[in-house]
Amino acid sequence: MLDQSRIEAIFERVKKHVANEVEVLVSGGRFALTRFANNGIHQNVAEENVIVSIRTAIDGKTARATTNRLDDDSLRRAVDAAQQLTLMQHPDPDLQPMLGKLPPAVPDPPRRHFDATAAVTPEDRAAGVAQIVDVAKKNNLVTAGIFSTGESFEAIVNSKGVSAYHAATSAEISITMLAGNSSGWQKANSPDVRNLDAAHLANVAAQKARLSTDPQELAPGKYTVILEPAAVLDLVGFMFWDFGAQAVLDERSFLNKRLGAKLFGDSITIHDDAYHPLQSGAQFDGEGVPRRRVPLVENGVVKNLVFSRRSSALAQHSELKDQLPSTSPTGHGFPLPNEMGDAPMNIVFSGPPAGQAKTVDQMVASTERGVLVTRLWYIREVEPYEKILTGMTRDGTFLVEDGKVKHGILNFRFNQSLVEMLNNVLAMGTPVRASGEEAFDMVVPAMTVRDFNFTEVTKF
Amino acid sequence: MKDIGAWALNTATQRGATYCDVRIVNDRQRALMTKNGTVAHASDSESLGVGVRVIANGAWGFASTDDLRREAVERTAAQAVSIAQASARVKEQELRLAPEKPAVADWTTLHQIDPFTTSLEQNLDLLMQVDSELRQVEGITLAEANVNFRCYEQWFYSSDGADIHQKRFVTGAGFDVYSFAGTEIQKRSYPNSFGGQYQNKGYELIGELDLVGNARRVAEQAVALHQADQCPQGRFNLVLDSSQLGLQIHESIGHPIELDRVLGMEANFAGTSFLTTEKLRNLRYGSDLVNVVADATEAHGPGLGTFAYDDEGVAAQCTPIITRGDFTGYLTSRETAHTIGESRSNGTMRAEGWNRIPIIRMTNISILPGEKPLTFDELIASTDDGIYMQTNRSWSIDDKRYNFQFGCEIAWEIKGGKLGRMLKNPSYSGITTEFWNAMDAICSRDQWTLWGTPNCGKAQPMQTMGTGHGASPARFRNVKIGSAFKGN
Repeated sequence: MLDQSRIEAIFERVKKHVANEVEVLVSGGRFALTRFANNGIHQNVAEENVIVSIRTAIDGKTARATTNRLDDDSLRRAVDAAQQLTLMQHPDPDLQPMLGKLPPAVPDPPRRHFDATAAVTPEDRAAGVAQIVDVAKKNNLVTAGIFSTGESFEAIVNSKGVSAYHAATSAEISITMLAGNSSGWQKANSPDVRNLDAAHLANVAAQKARLSTDPQELAPGKYTVILEPAAVLDLVGFMFWDFGAQAVLDERSFLNKRLGAKLFGDSITIHDDAYHPLQSGAQFDGEGVPRRRVPLVENGVVKNLVFSRRSSALAQHSELKDQLPSTSPTGHGFPLPNEMGDAPMNIVFSGPPAGQAKTVDQMVASTERGVLVTRLWYIREVEPYEKILTGMTRDGTFLVEDGKVKHGILNFRFNQSLVEMLNNVLAMGTPVRASGEEAFDMVVPAMTVRDFNFTEVTKF
Repeated sequence: MKDIGAWALNTATQRGATYCDVRIVNDRQRALMTKNGTVAHASDSESLGVGVRVIANGAWGFASTDDLRREAVERTAAQAVSIAQASARVKEQELRLAPEKPAVADWTTLHQIDPFTTSLEQNLDLLMQVDSELRQVEGITLAEANVNFRCYEQWFYSSDGADIHQKRFVTGAGFDVYSFAGTEIQKRSYPNSFGGQYQNKGYELIGELDLVGNARRVAEQAVALHQADQCPQGRFNLVLDSSQLGLQIHESIGHPIELDRVLGMEANFAGTSFLTTEKLRNLRYGSDLVNVVADATEAHGPGLGTFAYDDEGVAAQCTPIITRGDFTGYLTSRETAHTIGESRSNGTMRAEGWNRIPIIRMTNISILPGEKPLTFDELIASTDDGIYMQTNRSWSIDDKRYNFQFGCEIAWEIKGGKLGRMLKNPSYSGITTEFWNAMDAICSRDQWTLWGTPNCGKAQPMQTMGTGHGASPARFRNVKIGSAFKGN
């Protein structure tokens, strides 16, 4: 781990080679992952790396070169490469000059580095895996999964005075329990490894595998579904790239012609909030702009987009200026140069009013006939404007009848409009930090959704 | 580099490793992209580091570092041994590696022009020409064009005595064009979606693709799609272009034949496979016309799965996967070969970089062209009624690789042996073995293209790998079409 003073020293070494504007991103750290399958550890890896990424800007042109070599020759070579790439371009009138120093958006951002996580050893992870395997064997199951821990930093320094640094730790456990013809799954992560309970996760996954044994076939069609938070996360993740202002300016967003419209049901309120206690990541963007808390959707109405400095400048000459309450930079730009522009990466759903949040058990209890979904898989966008998504259920799909989980069912393929789905929410849980495989981690609730469109059934 | 290898091998062996291999990798990449008349992306990157993989106490350990000084390399090798010893605390069985004669070799991708020697100006001018052609078509709202170059150089040393140096060039290029009108976003890509065509070649690939010459035609199609009829729903004969057939192979043959998946090693993430080991040589995978190989040799062509040796030091091979419709082979490794009774790995282990372990990966998984001469025009002429789909737009398959659904960018109706009206939003779905058994025609060698898929994801931590897929246009009978949009 490099601290801020060592990053400043790298910047000074880079700066001496550059006469013009220069920005240096430095990131890296240590990461380790213990992977298990068939009730044993079969892969066990560790890495450490530091990446220095140098952006030069000359007369309205910019480019980037990246290296993981910190010696003077390598840094000089990266500077030369960035400058060559920069000079060959035509000037871009919309390129913003490098940012000057800005005050942080909040004075005391939440801590995301925990020594307990940084101190985890291969033996500690093996002990955690042993607990999981123990649960599997007691249930006559076979388990596969991971236990990972890491310590990382990211920093940005530029020649106009920006200097920002973020250190974090991460810990994650993901568990699949396999029976002869069924499976169950659980996953959790946190900056603080002490928040993870391997045995509890293993027991829940094992229970799902056992409950879904001998799955029965259910005809495809429209069903009320109870989506656990990981399933909600992996679906809704497909719409947030469209909340970047650049996506709307490029006319590749499903929000084109819909800003300010009531697009979703009353219960849907969403913020981007890098400061939420269950969120993670740096509190500044790829140019060093402090991230702001942005209300994206309020009671189903699309309220705001997120802006980089570039998209903010472009918005001054577009209809966005009249359609949104603010087009100022919000601290959501990606490192320049990039084609995507900006996106919210710290999504937080609001829960129902006090007393109205439902647990998954309560959702099951209030469902006459429906499908309980643990997890979704291989989701892809079929149609970009109505946001029709396809994908499969996986690792614990159940028929719910008369308020009870009846039995496991063969996995379904769905083709479902996300816009329609977020208009069909019947009940929501308390938002939690969820982790899936298709989208970045978010704070989302479980949901009961009516008329969810399953189109095919597979063979297991 | 030999010194670095020796530091790691000696340290690992002294610390108790019974096997060790060391990969030192220097990975250089350049990416250029234009978007609506401006340079949207211009970057160079290099990454140099060493990964040390060991077996100690009968279990695997791996550690990697970007620090190539002796003290750091030795510390990393010792760390790999410690990790292996921790792995051994939770192990079900001893590792068995299939024997492999250690190779000493030096190999470089066949190429004419090192892409890193071409001028930036030349590349940006090309992209700007493409951009200009695309945006001259009225109705185009977003145009993106890209070129990508990579030089991946690796030194491999093992405690068995292997000493292999390989240098692989990858070149890729393509464009995407979007048209937003009303409530519809339509998209076309060339020569393939998601970045274009990628091969293990030098800069000569860029000229072969003729990006500028195809720009206007493809952009006009994107705009025309708004006026096209919706692809109908029902069961139809389906003709696929070779790039879509390449992705169909990737998802419904390439992944299920990975033996690590079959054995449960990917059960938590990428999934398992319906191809359980008792099905080897006992499953009718496809029709008589379906012949599929896993071929990493240079003789197969410049695919992203072409190399001289895999990342365990096993020589590139050609393995028959489906032979006249029968399932005949898996992708294996030194660790897994014995589970299907093989005495040698068929050489498919590859790592994304120095900081990742090698895992079983598709090499070039290709369907062989038809033996009888058959052009694309003849294929269409021999089809009374059907739908021809081109260029992938969405892809999804279940975690055992049975049920799939693909969407394509564009389609045309086939009536009376001729291509008719354009159709928008085409999709098709099915069950893997039923689909491949429905194939009743495939074009011959002159219609065959070796496509590159540069972004195949697998493993934890995630690794991205390039794979190759050769295919000719082919026809499938009575396929379920259109349910993605109609919703039933």
